Amino acid sequence: MTGPSIDADTGPSTVEDIAAGLRSVGYLPGESTALVSYLATKLGKPILVEGPAGVGKTELAKALAQYLGRTLVRLQCYEGLDEAKALYEWNYRKQLLRIQAEADGAGWEQVQDDIFGAEFLLQRPLMAAIAAEEPVVLLIDEIDKTDQEFEAMLLELLSDFQLSIPELGRFEARTRPVVLLTSNNTRELTEALKRRCLYLWLDYPSLEHELEIVKLHAPELTDAVARKLVEVIAMVRELDLKKPPSIAESIDWARALLLLGADDIDGRVFTETMSIIVKHRTDLDVVAERVGVKLGVGAAASG
Amino acid sequence: MPRPPASRKAALYGGSDPDNAPRGLTARILELGEELRGEGVAVGTSELLDAFEVLREVPWAHPADFKEGIAATLAKSQEDRRIFDLVFDRFFFRAAELAAVREGVTEGGGMDAAGAELNLETLRQQIAQALRDGHEAMMRDLARLAIAAFGRQGEGSGVIGVDVQRIRRALGLRAEPQPDLPPDDPRADGLPREAIRRFEALLRQELERRQIERTETLPPARPLNELDRALPSGPLQDLAAVHRVVAQLKRRLKTQGHELRGRKRHAQVDVRKTMRASLETGGVPVVLRYKPVRPRRPEIYVLCDVSTSVTSASVFFLSVLHALHDSFRKMRSFVFIERISEVTDVFQRERNFKAVSEAIGRDAGVADVSGYTDYGRVWSEFAGLVEDDLHPRATVIVLGDARTNGRDPRADIFAQVAAKAGRTFWLNPEPRLYWNYGDSVIAAYERYCEAFECWTTGQLEDFVKALTRPVRN
Repeated sequence: MTGPSIDADTGPSTVEDIAAGLRSVGYLPGESTALVSYLATKLGKPILVEGPAGVGKTELAKALAQYLGRTLVRLQCYEGLDEAKALYEWNYRKQLLRIQAEADGAGWEQVQDDIFGAEFLLQRPLMAAIAAEEPVVLLIDEIDKTDQEFEAMLLELLSDFQLSIPELGRFEARTRPVVLLTSNNTRELTEALKRRCLYLWLDYPSLEHELEIVKLHAPELTDAVARKLVEVIAMVRELDLKKPPSIAESIDWARALLLLGADDIDGRVFTETMSIIVKHRTDLDVVAERVGVKLGVGAAASG
Repeated sequence: MPRPPASRKAALYGGSDPDNAPRGLTARILELGEELRGEGVAVGTSELLDAFEVLREVPWAHPADFKEGIAATLAKSQEDRRIFDLVFDRFFFRAAELAAVREGVTEGGGMDAAGAELNLETLRQQIAQALRDGHEAMMRDLARLAIAAFGRQGEGSGVIGVDVQRIRRALGLRAEPQPDLPPDDPRADGLPREAIRRFEALLRQELERRQIERTETLPPARPLNELDRALPSGPLQDLAAVHRVVAQLKRRLKTQGHELRGRKRHAQVDVRKTMRASLETGGVPVVLRYKPVRPRRPEIYVLCDVSTSVTSASVFFLSVLHALHDSFRKMRSFVFIERISEVTDVFQRERNFKAVSEAIGRDAGVADVSGYTDYGRVWSEFAGLVEDDLHPRATVIVLGDARTNGRDPRADIFAQVAAKAGRTFWLNPEPRLYWNYGDSVIAAYERYCEAFECWTTGQLEDFVKALTRPVRN
């Protein structure tokens, strides 16, 4: 713990604070979510968030940033991401122009010192997060999409909040960012990375929790419809689907039902709108067959 | 906090000399860490230090936060988390009971008197309802009542596992639907398997507590058994697990070749083009031109045995094949029994797995006279079909049990195919134990390819790892 500490005045002082704060910006945290976020701000440790797609991993980072009043710096990972796109790059053209402009007169030494200065550095997300004057929230999204070498490169950043640039030396963070890493579990992350993080597993929310979320985002929806909606969603998630519906899709569905003015989810409404929550053709068949029947699709079709 | 190994062990399972064991929360957390290590969770010193740091922020008197906080630092994957939950419960349960025995605190059977007047049918209903709703606290209370009502106080079998099962049967808790019950009974549609397991765990815990109270000693701790340790899964989830692994396989294969290593990771400057472009700016290379990175398009040939000896595995294999087709344009599939038949277009036409397997069963045109696989013939036909198309970037995957029914394996033709293709893999649905017994001739082929046993999704994952391993060149 050599890095700068977080300003105690701005950070949340209890777990309840952060839970209430996240709530106020429209994110309903589970119990462990609030606790781990609290610990992350207090201990200055990165959080590794894992879970199925669409349970609000990225949303958590956004909500944290909004609640803490910090800028969100986001690094979307993908296969083949390298240092030049994640850390920094030398602004080659500017360097070249500088040399051209000084071609006559100035000594080599002077120019060399000059062109490898901070002025010629193009900051990429990680560097930007470190160099920011105000503390930020750094989101490293889908870390499992990169390869192991990239992970290794992150280690220095995550444990000491510093970066080494060969030509310039060491950059230390002026403020300590709150770091979130998300992973869809495409591959096993290295032990070294996991060791530096707090671990948070986000799963699909419980029935009651999801009901709350839906109600928060679609407050006009009647209680009965909202409850039926989350029950159907839970039923659909039980099936063996290519892509189970995410929380975002439940919210979309709730909004769609509002627009349609549906006052109940019966067989007809369900068949008409189920493409909002199920996005694969084969899944559609399965859902229509298994869930639709329970809602009386067959009866509606024949009657 | 170094301690000699002997005392480590003593601390681990209750200890033979608990009075001299180090006291305080720190020691307890270290013991918990030891126990987690004993169950195969990688807990490093840095993790433990993190846990202590967490404890500075989280009040230990708040049980839920206490547990979550320690879990966030010690358990770093979902599997680990599951083991952590089990170990945590066991550890603190035992610690609490040990303390109770030492202090002579007993809880007594306050429930038992009431138990006699319980309406057993109502109790059954209530328990089933609690399980249905997954109501943890209610399940805990009801577990006590159930033991009071059905536990035959004081004359249990003496083996806790037996008693648990007896009570469960008496309550009629089953995961399968029970159609003969009235439809409004919560048990009629079957109960969630996971909830039943949870309830059994509660019963076990309560029975253990009573036993400890009676005998005033802690029973020896047992390591977790495999069943508890595994993530919950039902038969339906098995196929889902295959799909998950296959989805992963798709993602990995798709990006294969993109993950350039070392210097190649960076874009390379194309000097020739850069110089040309610099003419515009008077010979100063202001605009850099890069060599385009051309992704490798893997070409895959899959041969799938669909004979009767691999019927059960065929579904598994076909679903793998189906998934592969989703993501590759340059992929050709063949099914074979006695002769070979190309089914690439069937897969291209049909998007639905069910339709595909039906189409293959119906009219894939597998020339199936005897119903026995003839590998020798299959190789020579395959070689004839694709000989000109094979090249070092192609990957050949064979799915089959290598049982030739006594016919000539013709490993020489297979060797030619393997030599022409870049990589050759063999997935065998039989356990390695059965390889080369009877008419299995996998050894003859294994010389020319990498063979994997593949009858669980875990093994399929191993294969995926091997398949996407960077090629050394």
